[in-house]
Amino acid sequence: MKKKSKSISYAKWGYIFILPFFVSFFIFSLIPLIDTIRYSFFEYYRSGIKEIGPNFIGMANYAELLKSDMLKYGGNTLILWLIGFIPQILVALLLAVWFTDIRMKIHAKQFFKVVIYLPNLIMASAFAMLFFTMFSTNGPVNEILMSMGLTEKAIDFMGTVGGTRSLIGLMNFLMWFGNTTIMLMAAIMGISVDIFEASDLDGCTGLQRFFYITLPQIRPILAYTLITSVIGGLQMFDVPQILTNGQGNPDRTSMTLIMFLNNHLKSRNYGMAGALSVYLFIVSGILCFFVYKMTIDDDPDGSKAAAKKKAKEERRRR
Amino acid sequence: MKQQKPAHLRNVIAHIVLIILSFMCLFFFYILIINATRSHADLQKGFSALPGNAFITNLKNIANDGTFPMFRGIVNSLIVSVSSAAICTYFSSLTAYGLYAYDFKVKKVAFTFIMAILVMPTQVTAMGFLRLITKMGMYDSLLPLIIPSIASPAVFYFMYSYLQSSLPISLVEAARIDGSGEFRTFNQIVIPIMKPAIAVQAIFSFVGTWNNYFVPALVIQSKDKMTVPILIATLRGADFMNFDMGKIYMMITVAIVPIIIVYLLLSKYIIAGVTLGGVKE
Repeated sequence: MKKKSKSISYAKWGYIFILPFFVSFFIFSLIPLIDTIRYSFFEYYRSGIKEIGPNFIGMANYAELLKSDMLKYGGNTLILWLIGFIPQILVALLLAVWFTDIRMKIHAKQFFKVVIYLPNLIMASAFAMLFFTMFSTNGPVNEILMSMGLTEKAIDFMGTVGGTRSLIGLMNFLMWFGNTTIMLMAAIMGISVDIFEASDLDGCTGLQRFFYITLPQIRPILAYTLITSVIGGLQMFDVPQILTNGQGNPDRTSMTLIMFLNNHLKSRNYGMAGALSVYLFIVSGILCFFVYKMTIDDDPDGSKAAAKKKAKEERRRR
Repeated sequence: MKQQKPAHLRNVIAHIVLIILSFMCLFFFYILIINATRSHADLQKGFSALPGNAFITNLKNIANDGTFPMFRGIVNSLIVSVSSAAICTYFSSLTAYGLYAYDFKVKKVAFTFIMAILVMPTQVTAMGFLRLITKMGMYDSLLPLIIPSIASPAVFYFMYSYLQSSLPISLVEAARIDGSGEFRTFNQIVIPIMKPAIAVQAIFSFVGTWNNYFVPALVIQSKDKMTVPILIATLRGADFMNFDMGKIYMMITVAIVPIIIVYLLLSKYIIAGVTLGGVKE
């Protein structure tokens, strides 16, 4: 009895300690979110120095966005993400397997790890600016290509759709493959050595080991990497914004969703920015749910999974 | 014995691939630093793999440039990044400790809530955020870039995982018996135990804020409050083909080289920190 009353007296400290977090979240995230959702139903923008609205117009902003280029920009974002992500995950898998394979003798392992992770910490906007100067028609890359005789005329990398998109993809690849490699390495090192030893005794080849043991074992982390990368891709902004100076050139084929949002915010079109934010909020909410499912460990001893499996087997028998 | 040959071949291929990838990672930074040491006239003559002798001149040029106050920008970025890193790690530890060490009614709800918003992009609330800080009179100031980092769900989660693995509750109880107040226990016993986690997260938070472009670009208007990424973006927006190219390379250099140096000094801890607090299997 006495102990119970004591634990209650400490409970107030729990509230005090978590208070700053929630106050800050409430003020700087929740109120803005509600405000954003509210104005998505209003006609509210600035034309010149005159402010139009706010007038309630229901779902008109949402409908107008669907008719606008939003879906095209969504497609751009997806393409730009894929160009970076596909090589990123393949290279990361390969490197992670090599780094963790005890039979391979990789020299200067630590050096390679340090180097491949380096671009992840570079300021994306400065990196994009660097690429812009490097790949411009009179930049060093063209100079090198011409002096090597690989091309007669300077290549206008940023004048073509494929060129611009590839450059953005390349930057995203360089910035993220090291990070993914290190995540996957940790996952592979978490696999019990016994499984690998048993497979060796059974005469498993390297490829078999990869497809039948490593890959299935690291599936949770692969899924986590995929979804966090999708969320990151959805937020893609710095690199295309700086590389194309916010234009998404050529012909807005490199315009991403957040660049579109940024344009509405800069021109103070609160209604449209709000509606676009709500669309993004719904998509990222769904993705957040998956991450939540993966990080929350509601089945610590695996008993639930075991029960599920048993039930499944029973059903099959019937 | 049969296995040896293909394994040897695989080894060679692995090294070739690694060298190519490392070359790709380092090549651009190498050219950047080389070009930052060359004068505009020198750069016009074409590419050279060897450094020039205009390093100091270029550095002086950007220090004296009023249109792109790069050093003012670095100071602003440092203020924002250091204070963000400090309050983000402190308050995340505090929140994590509050949810870890105490039992109270909304504990589970609070935890679930933070986990649900773990990876929520900040961009979706940007519009309301911009309006709010305008109303609060914080538009065009550094404060809105710092204060919101009190609530950093990802850092919280990291700290919480760390507490779970390294702080026995009995230690907190022992401190109570010795008459230590709750805040004192946190500041003098828990914080020192969490030092490794705080160090790792402080680095990541510092780098993240240093590199952040979206929110500062919305909030900051005046030149003397701009952070480095905004200055880089202004540089891109300017009609810079008439600019001194040596200066441009030098500006990019001062934006990214400080981080590279910090990284090279702390790479061991940073790389180890990447995977901590990730998903549970």
